[in-house]
Amino acid sequence: MPHERRARLALIGLALLAGGLILAFMTLGARGNWDFVLAFRGRKLLGLVLVAHAVACSTVLFQTVTANRILTPGIMGFDSLYLLCATLLFAAFGAAGMAGLDPRLDFALNVAVMIGASMALYLWLFGGEERSLHRLLLIGVVFGIFLRTLAEFVQRLLDPNEFMVLSDRLFASFSDIPPQLLGIASLLIGAVTLWLIPRLSRLDVIGLGRPVAINLGITWRTEVLAILAAVSVLVAVAAALVGQVLFLGLVAVSLAHLAVGQSAHRYVLPAASLVGIILLVGGQMLVERVFAFGTALGLIVEFVGGITFIALLVARGRR
Amino acid sequence: MSARARMAAALALVAGLAAASLFVGVSDVSLSGILQGQDRDWLVLVESRIPRMLALVLSGASMAIAGLLMQIVIRNRFVEPSNAGTMEAAGLGLLVMTLVAPAAPVIAKMAVGAAFALAGTALFLAILRRVPLRDPMLVPLIGLLLSGVLYAGTSFLAYRFDVLQGLLAWTQGDLSGVLRGRYELLWLGAAVAGLAWFAADRFTVAGLGHDVASSLGLSHRRVVALGLAIVALVTAVVVVSVGRIPFLGLIVPNIVSLALGDNMRRAVPWVAVSGAGLVLACDILGRTIRAPYEIPVGTVMGLIGSAIFLVLILRGGRRAA
Repeated sequence: MPHERRARLALIGLALLAGGLILAFMTLGARGNWDFVLAFRGRKLLGLVLVAHAVACSTVLFQTVTANRILTPGIMGFDSLYLLCATLLFAAFGAAGMAGLDPRLDFALNVAVMIGASMALYLWLFGGEERSLHRLLLIGVVFGIFLRTLAEFVQRLLDPNEFMVLSDRLFASFSDIPPQLLGIASLLIGAVTLWLIPRLSRLDVIGLGRPVAINLGITWRTEVLAILAAVSVLVAVAAALVGQVLFLGLVAVSLAHLAVGQSAHRYVLPAASLVGIILLVGGQMLVERVFAFGTALGLIVEFVGGITFIALLVARGRR
Repeated sequence: MSARARMAAALALVAGLAAASLFVGVSDVSLSGILQGQDRDWLVLVESRIPRMLALVLSGASMAIAGLLMQIVIRNRFVEPSNAGTMEAAGLGLLVMTLVAPAAPVIAKMAVGAAFALAGTALFLAILRRVPLRDPMLVPLIGLLLSGVLYAGTSFLAYRFDVLQGLLAWTQGDLSGVLRGRYELLWLGAAVAGLAWFAADRFTVAGLGHDVASSLGLSHRRVVALGLAIVALVTAVVVVSVGRIPFLGLIVPNIVSLALGDNMRRAVPWVAVSGAGLVLACDILGRTIRAPYEIPVGTVMGLIGSAIFLVLILRGGRRAA
């Protein structure tokens, strides 16, 4: 089938590009002790790859469940939800309680709360009456702002000393990926990925929409809630590693669809991850080499992603 | 209650809030101290408390009017300077001035900020024109995204030139730095916002749309341009003096119009008074809830504003266009 061949070729091309970038990232301009360079850059690279994969997968899954290619967890406020959950947990236990706690345990606790909270958010957004896409998007964007501001508000209520501890824990960014979380993050993302692989064809059916999927024998509610739990874990991991990345998922998945030219998950999912890796690793190299660290990758992603999203909305409106 | 009595009650409430605002804060100012003529109490009152109270009243009233004006001219209930690219573009203009001409007087910075704000709004309208399907929900959505893009671009510049700290002064509405001599520009902003009242009937007619307005003998283009220029100027003044106060211009006119309908001339005084009152209340809350620390008025307003905006989107929107 020519479709299949094109998708396969696209995947191979993306993989080669990603591999080349990773190689360049690890070796370009390296001087001195290789042991140090490889370990140092390897940690950074692992962080970027984990985030790219988590954001891309969570976006694809979210779009499958909502049967819509414009909605993403980032845009619908799920990232902000994580920040708020982490802030509230911290505020509830206080700095004294948290300081003694292993950051990994703290993170696991956050993930558990996040799963529950994001199910509630999903049911609130999609469970009730049918809403038009634009209204849904506006609700998501404004709710995201509300959650972020609420998190900031709660943070300001904290004692300034406690706030310092919290900001150490919470305000990660691309240039400051917390190394102690890389292990548990790899574990969680690996587990979710392994869980997904046998479900790829079932995801194709779910992507056809609720009535068709039920007709074809999918136990809709159970499946969707399980997928959402996976999305929550992925979102939580990405947010804990680098903070908010509102538009990365949208850009990566849109480009992946363009590249593979079809919607089967066994092509789209890996393609989206690869595009995410290309964007993040390439972007980080751009930041480090061209801008000499004079800017932040998060800002570039936000800038380019926002423009892409507006362009997508305008293009949809014209049809 | 007659309309006049209701207005009087609202004014009395705002006056009460303003008076309360004078006596809230880290440094103790007591009525008895002032009456006895104690120098320290007078100093704090004249140099800090009164300027702050006036800054709150002026910026609250003028931002709310700017929001109302924008909603009428763009013909969408859910736009306001913070979700139409206007406020962020003003911040970008101020940043550019800081980089290019750091020694320029505040009024020059404000003028450039206003020019950028106008350009940002024009960009927003240009994007809207490319979307033939005018879903009322799409307008604020695109505006919010555009604001995000402009904000990211501004932060990018600030990061590059190491002035992120300075950027915070405009991105976060904060009145703790307001002193005598640092807020007077807001009078100009309020005066410009007052212009909107004089021209209110024109704007109301322009709000009926290009065709109706033209057939009634109004130059639609010119009135819309005037309206957006007023909005840009007011926004730039507020951003340069106290920083970003998000959603104020959105929720106040919407709540007022629920009660009063859409006649702009009737709505303007109510919008101004409610805007001033709401900002005063948010500031008092921000100053007392975590005393002696302060929560910036921009954060309090952002929280309340986004919550009310959300309710407005959820409950209706049928009358949004």
